[in-house]
Amino acid sequence: MSLTRSSAIELNRLFVSGEVSAREIVQTYLERAEQWDRRVGAFLELYRDEALARADELQRKRDSGAELGALAGVPISVKDVLCHRGHVTSCASKMLQRFESPYTATAIERLLADDAILIGRTNMDEFAMGGSTENSALGTTRNPWDLDRVPGGSSGGAAASVSADFCPIAIGSDTGGSIRQPAAYCGVSGLKPTYGRVSRYGLVAFASSLDQVGPLARSVGDLAVALRSLAGYDGRDSTSAPREVPDYAASLEEAMAGVRIGLLEEQLSQLHPAIRDAVTGAAETLASLGAVVEPVALPHAEYGVATYYLIAPSEASSNLARYDGVRYGLRVEAADHAEGGLVGMYGATRSRGFGPEVKRRIMLGTYALSAGYYDAYYLKALKARRLIQDDYRRAFERVDLLLGPTTPSPAFRLGELTDDPLELYLQDLFTVTANLAGVPALSVPAGLTEEGLPVGIQLQARPFDEARLLQVAGRYQAATDWHTRRPRIA
Amino acid sequence: MNMASFRTVIGLEVHVQLKTRTKLFCRCSTRFGAPPNTQVCPVCTGMPGALPKLNRRALELAVLAGMALHCEIPRFTKWDRKNYFYPDLPKGYQISQYDLPVSQNGYLEIGDDQGRFASKRVGIIRAHLEEDAGKSMHDEAAGVAESRIDLNRTGTPLLEIVSRPDMASAREAKAYLTELKLLLEYLGVSDCNMQEGSLRVDANVNLHIDTDSGTIATPIVEVKNMNSFRAVERALEFEARRQYDQWRQTGERLGDVPKQTRGWDDQREVTVPQREKEESSDYRYFPDPDLVPVVWSDAELAAIRQRLGASPREVRSRLIQEAGLSAYDAGVLVQQGPAMIAYWDAVIAEGVSPKRAANWLQQDILRLLKERSESIDEFPVSAEQLAELLRQVESGKLNTTRGREVLTVMVEEGRDLVSSMESLGIREVDASELETLCRELLQKNPSVVEDVRAGKVKAIGALIGQARKLNPNADPGAVRNLLMEMVNRS
Repeated sequence: MSLTRSSAIELNRLFVSGEVSAREIVQTYLERAEQWDRRVGAFLELYRDEALARADELQRKRDSGAELGALAGVPISVKDVLCHRGHVTSCASKMLQRFESPYTATAIERLLADDAILIGRTNMDEFAMGGSTENSALGTTRNPWDLDRVPGGSSGGAAASVSADFCPIAIGSDTGGSIRQPAAYCGVSGLKPTYGRVSRYGLVAFASSLDQVGPLARSVGDLAVALRSLAGYDGRDSTSAPREVPDYAASLEEAMAGVRIGLLEEQLSQLHPAIRDAVTGAAETLASLGAVVEPVALPHAEYGVATYYLIAPSEASSNLARYDGVRYGLRVEAADHAEGGLVGMYGATRSRGFGPEVKRRIMLGTYALSAGYYDAYYLKALKARRLIQDDYRRAFERVDLLLGPTTPSPAFRLGELTDDPLELYLQDLFTVTANLAGVPALSVPAGLTEEGLPVGIQLQARPFDEARLLQVAGRYQAATDWHTRRPRIA
Repeated sequence: MNMASFRTVIGLEVHVQLKTRTKLFCRCSTRFGAPPNTQVCPVCTGMPGALPKLNRRALELAVLAGMALHCEIPRFTKWDRKNYFYPDLPKGYQISQYDLPVSQNGYLEIGDDQGRFASKRVGIIRAHLEEDAGKSMHDEAAGVAESRIDLNRTGTPLLEIVSRPDMASAREAKAYLTELKLLLEYLGVSDCNMQEGSLRVDANVNLHIDTDSGTIATPIVEVKNMNSFRAVERALEFEARRQYDQWRQTGERLGDVPKQTRGWDDQREVTVPQREKEESSDYRYFPDPDLVPVVWSDAELAAIRQRLGASPREVRSRLIQEAGLSAYDAGVLVQQGPAMIAYWDAVIAEGVSPKRAANWLQQDILRLLKERSESIDEFPVSAEQLAELLRQVESGKLNTTRGREVLTVMVEEGRDLVSSMESLGIREVDASELETLCRELLQKNPSVVEDVRAGKVKAIGALIGQARKLNPNADPGAVRNLLMEMVNRS
């Protein structure tokens, strides 16, 4: 098998055993990315020299007999939303286009501590707001399966980088589906961990109570290795959970007899037929593997999108206030603005620095938090969020996992929904509730449409039960081959 | 027209900086006076992705202060974001407490040792924890207006103590501030240094005026920019007069005009209208999703309560009751702060009479501290050394004047008691020495002897003066007694 199709686990084994050098691995992936990314547009920047230098450094470390981390020799791409000292962290925004972070996110520190090789930063919707990566102010990313289609978003560059075999693992972030939806669109596996499982320190905030860092990969096995590295308590993030990190890879091997899976039947109506077939097919497969499948409902899930689009913009309107042109990032002087002085500088900077979707959400959130509207919007949304959390709690009293679709439809065409934000928001219907409830959820490839586009199914578990989630998804991938299908970039 | 009778109504908002080594949400130092922007990090400069982490000690100090102010300490407290744009506010919001403060519903008892107003309780609405903003410095030299921002102070923990409008005069307001400052110093919660900005005061003031048609209230004015307690007193006196005149001219009542903010001009001794912050009205408070609420246990609160020492009020009554000091003397001593009381206690523990100790501390020690610009902690004469000196005075071995001279030598030359006395040539004068001295004086001054015999007892004073010149160590009292005895005997 060629290196660019090998799993991260296999690459690590090849490197540690001495069969392949780290430089050869990195070189192979870089060459592929350099050859094809002009078409795909997954990366905002490739760290060519740095990645090769690190490969050599790791090689010396290996050759000296030192112990190596679980990700030694594995090339990984990072969504451009995680701070990395000495590197630009742009969030695909003009606001931060030239912003070089003075510190490093905990998630990146952990990857580096496990000897991963970061090969570049990937494109995304500006400040992670969007579901197609079309909101990037810095470039277009295309779906490797059909270059006229979007890769999904906001972690579109991350999903595309794995889908196009530019790297075996990508790190993304998921606030309302931003890992799972692009994973489904691009035919890769993607995991949003439990809220608090992975430190958010250094993850540029979109909606703090929903954001979570997670991996995308070609297989569930690689997700398990990546999560093991990313997860764990961090004293710098008050919302990070002080809990042990299990050996997720080990749980993959366990049999799944007796696992109870709740099928979210209500989500099967108004689906693209290929997705409906993928979900029902997966239910049958899992049942044949020993799972007990029964229908369950999340009665308030239908309010998920409305709830999400109040809470997320509210938090965002506050989180993005710091981009004011005073200390770092873009500054546009007041001369360019109707009002002079300080207020003019604020106005000019934020008018030029933010794209339309970011502005829309700042306005939505500012409105929802305003005196006189707070109770009707933000507070109401918090109550709805609680009802959704209760739904999950009740469902998990009966079953161990929830099964349903990741998205209502496969990847749409570039430009198809740019004039219809509401329709675009509805693509988040099945994914936002996991963020609102804080539960872990993953998407795995489970079929192809007639046009040959990948579709995904979503599995969700109890808080901190990623081991079960990965175990069942792993069994599913052992019994099927959807995740091994690769696009032909042409 | 007669002067209508009115009452002044004053409520105070006091910000005190809590005495922690590090900031409220990061580990940066809170030291005052460092070069600009040298005590900053990604968290307090509002870098993308940085997260706050609560300083537990600051929270405990806030609770301690709340307890000393007889406040309820709710079991549940949380943090909220107060959103507004200002160049010295790096995140675009201040982390504060909105609806569930750390403490509420308490009071502070104030009195006047000269009886100018009756003792009363000033209600405390709430005392909540929040982070400080940075400092803007405007440099308009060379015709180029330039603003610079120092973020060293950003994130310093502040306790905002909001009183009820229970004060009826500028004098009461000053007494409240004095007592509050003292209380916080005794608790070790704050240094309350106005020059360094660790105590800031804003006042809300209006008048209740009796008219023929009932009592009316004038519009409430917020007074800012008062940089000393004296400034507070004068500003409030001025503002009450100004509001009265304003009412006479315009008849404006509460509700007729929007709330006004005025600043105290210390030079001109007037309050002047202040320009409001650009964006002031709607702070869009909402719970900070980056911080977790605090839920207190009984044990935690009890542990904090244990650290509650005696309040200034309690120390005053102890000095009055146990040491027999007058209310005035007790007040003066307590006013000096907890270090002075510790010094006092140590002097008394050595067996010095409280009255004598109080006199010496108030008259001599305070004068010397002032001359030397020292705090009692820095004073070169320890409490034990002072007690030793006072015992000499008490036993009559030193008179008060000589005692002062000795103290001066001890302070200025850093000598101990014995060596100071030696350097002044002080030694005990024995009985035969004294007798020789007196006999010589009487022989040389037969006219004095005759005068005394004739009943002019005062004439003996001239001999006492001569005795001192001949032997400064001779106790004037003893000399007088012996002279009289000798005259009467002969």
